Amino acid sequence: MPLNRRTFLQMSALLTGGLALNLYETPIAAAQSGQPVQPDLSPRAFIHIAADGTITLMAKNPEIGQGVKTMLPMLLAEELDADWSTIHIQQADLDESHYGRQFAGGSMATPLNWDPLRRVGAACRQMLISVAAQRWSVPVSDCTTAPNRVLHATSGRSFTYAELATDAARLTPPPLASVQLKDPRDYRIIGKSQPNVDRLSIVTGKPLYGIDITVPGMLHAVIEKCAVFGGKVKSCNQAAIQKLPGVRHVLVLEGTLATNPVVSSDPGIEPGVAILADTWWQAQSARSKLKIEWDLGTGATQSTDAFAKRAAELFQAPPANTIHTAGDVDAALKSAAKVVEATYAYPFIAHATLEPQNTTASFKDGKLEIWTTSQAPGGGRKMVASALKIPADAITIHLTRTGGAFGRRLMNDYMVEAAWLTKQVGVPVKLLWSREDDFGHDAYRPGGFHSFKAGLDAHGKLIAWRQHLVTYGVGDHYASSAGISADEFPSGHVENFGLYATAMPLRLRTGPLRAPGSNALAFVAQSFLDEVAAAAGRDPLEFQLDLRGNSSNHSDRLSNVLALAAERSSWAKRTHTPGKGMGIACYACHLGFFAEVAAVTVDEKNRITVNHIWVVGDIGSQIINPAAAENMVYGAVIDGLSQMAQEITLDEGRIQQTNYNQHPVLHMRQTPAIEAFFLKSDNPPTGLGEPALPPLLPAVANAVFAATGKRIRTLPLSRSGFSFA
Amino acid sequence: MPPQQLKVNNTIHTIDVAPDTPLLWILRDILDLKGTKYGCGIGSCGACTVLISGRPARACQTRLDEVGTNPVTTIEGLSLDGTHPVQLAWQQVDVAQCGYCQAGQIMAASALLASNPHPTDAQIDAAMSSNICRCGTYPRIRQAIHQAAESAAKK
Ligand code: FES
Ligand code: FES
Repeated sequence: MPLNRRTFLQMSALLTGGLALNLYETPIAAAQSGQPVQPDLSPRAFIHIAADGTITLMAKNPEIGQGVKTMLPMLLAEELDADWSTIHIQQADLDESHYGRQFAGGSMATPLNWDPLRRVGAACRQMLISVAAQRWSVPVSDCTTAPNRVLHATSGRSFTYAELATDAARLTPPPLASVQLKDPRDYRIIGKSQPNVDRLSIVTGKPLYGIDITVPGMLHAVIEKCAVFGGKVKSCNQAAIQKLPGVRHVLVLEGTLATNPVVSSDPGIEPGVAILADTWWQAQSARSKLKIEWDLGTGATQSTDAFAKRAAELFQAPPANTIHTAGDVDAALKSAAKVVEATYAYPFIAHATLEPQNTTASFKDGKLEIWTTSQAPGGGRKMVASALKIPADAITIHLTRTGGAFGRRLMNDYMVEAAWLTKQVGVPVKLLWSREDDFGHDAYRPGGFHSFKAGLDAHGKLIAWRQHLVTYGVGDHYASSAGISADEFPSGHVENFGLYATAMPLRLRTGPLRAPGSNALAFVAQSFLDEVAAAAGRDPLEFQLDLRGNSSNHSDRLSNVLALAAERSSWAKRTHTPGKGMGIACYACHLGFFAEVAAVTVDEKNRITVNHIWVVGDIGSQIINPAAAENMVYGAVIDGLSQMAQEITLDEGRIQQTNYNQHPVLHMRQTPAIEAFFLKSDNPPTGLGEPALPPLLPAVANAVFAATGKRIRTLPLSRSGFSFA
Repeated sequence: MPPQQLKVNNTIHTIDVAPDTPLLWILRDILDLKGTKYGCGIGSCGACTVLISGRPARACQTRLDEVGTNPVTTIEGLSLDGTHPVQLAWQQVDVAQCGYCQAGQIMAASALLASNPHPTDAQIDAAMSSNICRCGTYPRIRQAIHQAAESAAKK
């Protein structure tokens, strides 16, 4: 399926602002053209069949909790016709010449690999069959396979793959485009739940993650950075720190921050002071004795309150940029029978991956070896090469399992820092950020402000939609993940439409957070649409279906999931009891189409209990690993609920939140019942890491309105007078 | 300070570090037991949960000199091969997403089941709610705890 322009823009938005991210555009363009992305992928790179029968499949992409270390090998195994229960999975190192693009981002693993990896498996199967056919002197077409065996049905003979592997390895692999793929009805592995391949290592505490890497002779590093973004070290008590127990080196980092007016998501190394010690705790303890005089730079005047004030002023002025218009929105608003107006806002938030940022690096004899949790290691390698002025091919990168990523690890700052440190000191270095470093030096999901006006005609039909986004950036160059695209819904569905933006300068890193852009834009537009429906005296589901052009031919994937979500949640039968309410919302992003219904109870102190969430998604014709997919939906719902209570604020340029106690993750006791349904459609399978999240927030906000008559127009909840019970 | 003795997973180690060093960093970087995880360092995430004398404790908030002679159990000591009922249930239910929080979750759950073999949902919530899962695996954690309780009852 071609990516539509909106998805492509979102991907581009996700991918701009960093060297790492340019690397994505090629595969996305290829996916868009419908061609196999890597026609030169070889089965040899992915599949190893040993003489003892052991089959090892390479897991090519970074595993960040989204399940690709299990799911991508399933694609290989299915078409190879391998016995999944005996398969070994090995994490691949970074080697894009053999594996194709290796990144975790944009929910792209499925769309980019669904076709090529199945073909790699099928090509290998074809090679095994041709060896067997030759040995039996029978036509290839007379041979079939059963798990791990080639069969000749008429004679009853068979070979195990192990018996054929050595000879098969000598053959030239067939062109991937030529191989025959299975009829999906014959799948034995795809579509059947396969548990996480690392489950035993996880439950027994094996060293799997970046933070668990140990390299002989390594030093442990921490880096103290300025509380104000980009602040430089004027002076530091280096000599005193050097004498503390276990401390081996104290280094002042000048930093390599680019001086662009809009800070990119991965702008280079921030200045600071690095302490390298025998143990991490020694390095971290020494850090508390640091006395640094900082040159704070221009960021020190920024505050969240000032941004909000400025946004309110900007709403009174004509917008700086026109994103998209249709008809004459201002005239239509003037002539409308009813006008609905509201202002929405959402804060900066942090990624807060549970495993803090880290990388281990070892520089020796001009060669650099790296163990990292990066989501975009290919781009990281380029950044390291240019920062250290060494050739990219002198850098080996090992990918570790990662304790969550959510977009944070698309940025490779910590990788460059570790590489720089090992080159400076000549021994291996394990850099581990503290939790406070992580909250204080993230590339935050940018906050934003939206002013809406909608016009209804005398029949309650939406005839005008005006939306003005006040965001961050300079001119029409927006900070990473802070823009909006011309086809943001309801663009194209309202006769008179105006979408505008005005940017405020910001000296802070922003970047993609799970469902970038969408995680905020769904909240504002789907909540305001609920207001408009209420003003029109309409049921919000029917209002939205009408707007989307509720066609009976089931062509609109969002309308279909909306209808099913309504059915599963008994939307039509909901009762109207004070303090109890249901809300509905939908959104499409990252090639996924999701509708969600929330049922909440709100007590007299405005404490919200989320009782039930129904999720219906259309991500194509196959749910490759159903139980894992369900788990991913639970995660998206819980993440979305967490986002409703989180904020990162700035005061005098300093981030105010330092740890989870100030930027909470939802707790188990606050977790609702969640039901996930997939509506299979006649489209190629697409990704699930992101698209289930955005509709959650407006569904809950709309449910709170149904329960209380009060709108949540500003997040976090506390700024609208609400909290989770 | 003279070296101190520390009993971890039934083995006594002699530890020669500053007595105020958190148990977490002794486990991870001195004893090379990497299963216990660092998440927040302030006692608010539960990733570092271990058992001290059978009771759940935050290894990041427990100094070496506070452990004394009390025995410490980490995820590596729960069973030799992942066959503790909680570990088995965790695998069967396929709880993990990234898996980073799960050692702490499993230690907290094993302590809960040791004191309350058949917890209700509300009791599970109460016992487990200070362990964060950033990936949101709570529904599966709850399910796995019930499953572990059932399988232990059958034995
Ligand atoms: S690391 Fe100890 S509670 Fe978070
Ligand atoms: S599984 Fe990732 S934090 Fe729990």
